[in-house]
Amino acid sequence: MDAKTEQHQNIVVRFAGDSGDGMQLTGTNFTLATALYGNNLSTFPDFPAEIRAPVGATFGVSAFQIYFGSEDVTTAGDEVEVLVAMNPAALITNLKYLIEGGLVIVDTGAFNAKNLAKAKYLSNPLEDGSLQAYKVLAIDIHSQVIAAVEEFGLSHKMSLRCKNMWTLGLVFWLFDRDKQSTIDGLKAKFANKPDIANANIAALNAGNAYGETAELPSGVEVYKVPKADQQPGTYRNMDGTTALAWGLLAGGQLANLGILFASYPITPASGLLHTLARRKDYNVITFQAEDEIAAVCAAIGASFAGSLGVTSSAGPGIALKQEAISLAVSAELPLVVVNTQRGGPSTGLPTKTEQSDLLQAIYGRHGDTPLPVVASSHPGDCFDTAIEAVRLATKYMTPVMLLSDGYIANASAPWLIPDFDEYEPFPVEFHDKPEGFQPSLRDAETLARVWAKPGTAGLEHRIGGIEKSYDTGDISYDPDNHQKMTDTRKAKIDNIANDIPMQEVHLGNNNAKLAVVGWGSTYGAIHQAVKRCIREGLDVSHIHIRHMWPLPTNLKDLLAGYDNILIPEMNTGQLVKIIRSEFLLDAKALNKVSGQPFKISEIEDAIKSELN
Amino acid sequence: MNQAVNKLTIKDYTSDQEVRWCPGCGDYAILKTIQKLMPEFDRPKENQVFISGIGCSSRFPYYMNTYGFHTIHGRAPSIATGVKLANPELDVWVITGDGDALSIGGNHTMHALRRNVNLNILLFNNEIYGLTKGQYSPTSKVGTHSPSTPQGSIDLPLSPCAVALGSGAAFVARSIDTEMKHLSAVIKTAHAHEGASFIEILQNCPIYNDGIFENVKDKKIAADFRVEIEHGQALIFGKEKNKGIRLNTKTLSLEVVTIGVDCPLEEVLVHDQTNLTLAQLIGAMGGDDSPVAVGVIYHNPKPNYVDDLFIQREQLSQGKDQGKLNELLRSGHTWEVA
Ligand SMILES: Cc1ncc(C[n+]2csc(CCOP(=O)(O)OP(=O)(O)O)c2C)c(N)n1
Ligand code: SF4
Ligand SMILES: [Mg+2]
Repeated sequence: MDAKTEQHQNIVVRFAGDSGDGMQLTGTNFTLATALYGNNLSTFPDFPAEIRAPVGATFGVSAFQIYFGSEDVTTAGDEVEVLVAMNPAALITNLKYLIEGGLVIVDTGAFNAKNLAKAKYLSNPLEDGSLQAYKVLAIDIHSQVIAAVEEFGLSHKMSLRCKNMWTLGLVFWLFDRDKQSTIDGLKAKFANKPDIANANIAALNAGNAYGETAELPSGVEVYKVPKADQQPGTYRNMDGTTALAWGLLAGGQLANLGILFASYPITPASGLLHTLARRKDYNVITFQAEDEIAAVCAAIGASFAGSLGVTSSAGPGIALKQEAISLAVSAELPLVVVNTQRGGPSTGLPTKTEQSDLLQAIYGRHGDTPLPVVASSHPGDCFDTAIEAVRLATKYMTPVMLLSDGYIANASAPWLIPDFDEYEPFPVEFHDKPEGFQPSLRDAETLARVWAKPGTAGLEHRIGGIEKSYDTGDISYDPDNHQKMTDTRKAKIDNIANDIPMQEVHLGNNNAKLAVVGWGSTYGAIHQAVKRCIREGLDVSHIHIRHMWPLPTNLKDLLAGYDNILIPEMNTGQLVKIIRSEFLLDAKALNKVSGQPFKISEIEDAIKSELN
Repeated sequence: MNQAVNKLTIKDYTSDQEVRWCPGCGDYAILKTIQKLMPEFDRPKENQVFISGIGCSSRFPYYMNTYGFHTIHGRAPSIATGVKLANPELDVWVITGDGDALSIGGNHTMHALRRNVNLNILLFNNEIYGLTKGQYSPTSKVGTHSPSTPQGSIDLPLSPCAVALGSGAAFVARSIDTEMKHLSAVIKTAHAHEGASFIEILQNCPIYNDGIFENVKDKKIAADFRVEIEHGQALIFGKEKNKGIRLNTKTLSLEVVTIGVDCPLEEVLVHDQTNLTLAQLIGAMGGDDSPVAVGVIYHNPKPNYVDDLFIQREQLSQGKDQGKLNELLRSGHTWEVA
């Protein structure tokens, strides 16, 4: 085809199909080819909650979105320019993301009466003019694939399984991507089934050739997305789950400790358990406990015995762990608790994202139980946040809550791989001198209690959840002692504020008209929105907090320098409450709890209405 | 090293904390037995760790001059599992009560036993919630009058040993708080067992449930109400040593017989501690028409979780104690940007 080209700095492509259509695989292959091409990118898979929904059902649609281009890309984007819809259900559930004038690629082979009815279409959208606002590329991918893989003698069903690769081939052509990385991947994946590998490769090539040769409707053009100016170095694609898992391993090495990672499966946190279970060669033991309480307790037991106990869950499981976390606060043992937040309350929206556990993290548990809380803001950031959590837990002998969420856990982006040798180690020193030993000994500066592990001769001692004498560590019901211990536990955590970086302004000035303050996975959308607004000449800044508790010491004065403060959160207003109550500042909330991340435009609009 | 260990005495295992159980509480006797037994274990004192939940019984670790952790209600088996996984060299003991282990912590008890983590679990069964002032517990007999069951409890109790056997425990035994010799022997066997061991210790709470085990404890009558079981030995009991237990193969149940009267000696059941079905029958004895079995009810070693876990780990790490993180970060697909 004699294609014209359309130039884009950045572009959003969304693949949508039935759960069985292989959209996630299509998306990850497109991502790899795009990374190799040299674009910046960010991706987000949007899974259905059902594992095996009936074919063609709207609730079984699985989507994968990628935002890529030559500029810095920090979200999966909101204005979808190209939508691939493999069936009517995928079209009806995803068309809302496509911008007017955008391109939609559909497989007419799947638009039969049965599938249209399942998607609840009253008439065929490909024929009734309802897609007039878009460019439509309607191809009978069904027959194309059957023809392309005929020579391999696969069953009809198996042949149709190659639909996704045919479509990927076409999209590769549309964006001028190299298909070699996908071919290599297919060969490796189906090393024992060469027929399947070859059929998929044939489908991929056929889709690609179709783009080259077929007469495409006018207006459908090849997209030219220039390479990004990237920092030199070695890159890999990194998702939040892997980054967090590897960050924990890194933290363990820097602390010179073995890790016991104890967890109970729950979406979207299970990935962490799966990732670490394969890495027992990195001084980690993974333990799938019988429930979340057992998991956190096993982690606490491991910390008592001189390993680093780590546990992980999502909101409902974290709620179950809270009693035991209070024990770790009382016994002053290190512990890292990872919360990959999801839509709540209760089972809520298990596969969707939310930030509604911040208050649970900071103020949960029972009694006065302060502990540090850190939040990661994008996939690669999970690596460093996990290291920071381990550092604080071991240096201050305290549980640390690490907040991630469903979006970060599943999203991925290219990651400039750091040189681990450049990280500053923070080796733990166990107490081993019997002279003058008390389990209540404290470091004068950090207020951290000594860590004396079982197996050390002469340091036999008992700890527990009953209040302990400040002086000896023995049980004490003395009123003044309880006051002193409560004050000490609080002072120890408050003091961490002096051991964390000052809050920086990520974008914009120190005293603009408006500060947009975020935490966690809203990073990308806020960053992009503020950047666009600054470009338009608006006086706005972006501040993103990692240390949620204790807060950085300069944060109050920094925020006081802005005329207005806007806090976008995927909850009904949690950080905004903390900022208001801690600093007596008149911060405003921007809330979204639909299970979907913020769109850049939603934050942009809020900034503009705030400044007008 | 072992020589020094051997020289330790009961004093070395006694902490400086004042013991705070009620006078006459069965927990005292158990404490004394264990403190006295410890030096016999040919193990460094610093390798002994006592983990407990919450309850009167769970105060135990404070009185042992070893490592100890008094944790939260019901969770001692989980904490102990973490301790053992972090350092398999340690001897890990779980001290728990009937409420702690079988109400709030039932799930953890069941799974620690099923997994066969190398822990020594000692359940002090006084058939009551002592610490919270005497409410009935999941082991209380029907009709137990307590503050929460003033008209008598109406729900059926469960048998700790039956729960343990049903959970797949490879070592299950029963003993009595005040019988130092018997209890010591049972604990010693449990300690030597690789994997989870479970001992139900009948413990008198003179304050809230006094005398419930009197039949099996009172020297004058105990012989008629309990049978001391031993692997390979016939189940014979009674003051005159003339009563026995026979397996009725028709009804698949145990029955009490009088030897030489309604049953020849050869037909009296011989205890086989490796036979799970027998163990279940013997463990369940103790109703109105049968004696309570004390001793090792079941002992049949099976693969244990900790050993198998470290074997898997060894296979993955192939002798290296720590992978290189820079290699991990660069594993899989990477690319260069110049
Ligand atoms: C989460 C929680 N729920 C309830 C309690 C109150 N509580 C403490 S001990 C106990 C029962 C103890 O009974 P048992 O385990 O039989 O021990 P005993 O005191 O009889 O030795 C209860 C209900 C608690 N400490 N924590
Ligand atoms: S209440 Fe009962 S079990 Fe508790 S210490 Fe007193 S006598 Fe012992
Ligand atoms: Mg009790």
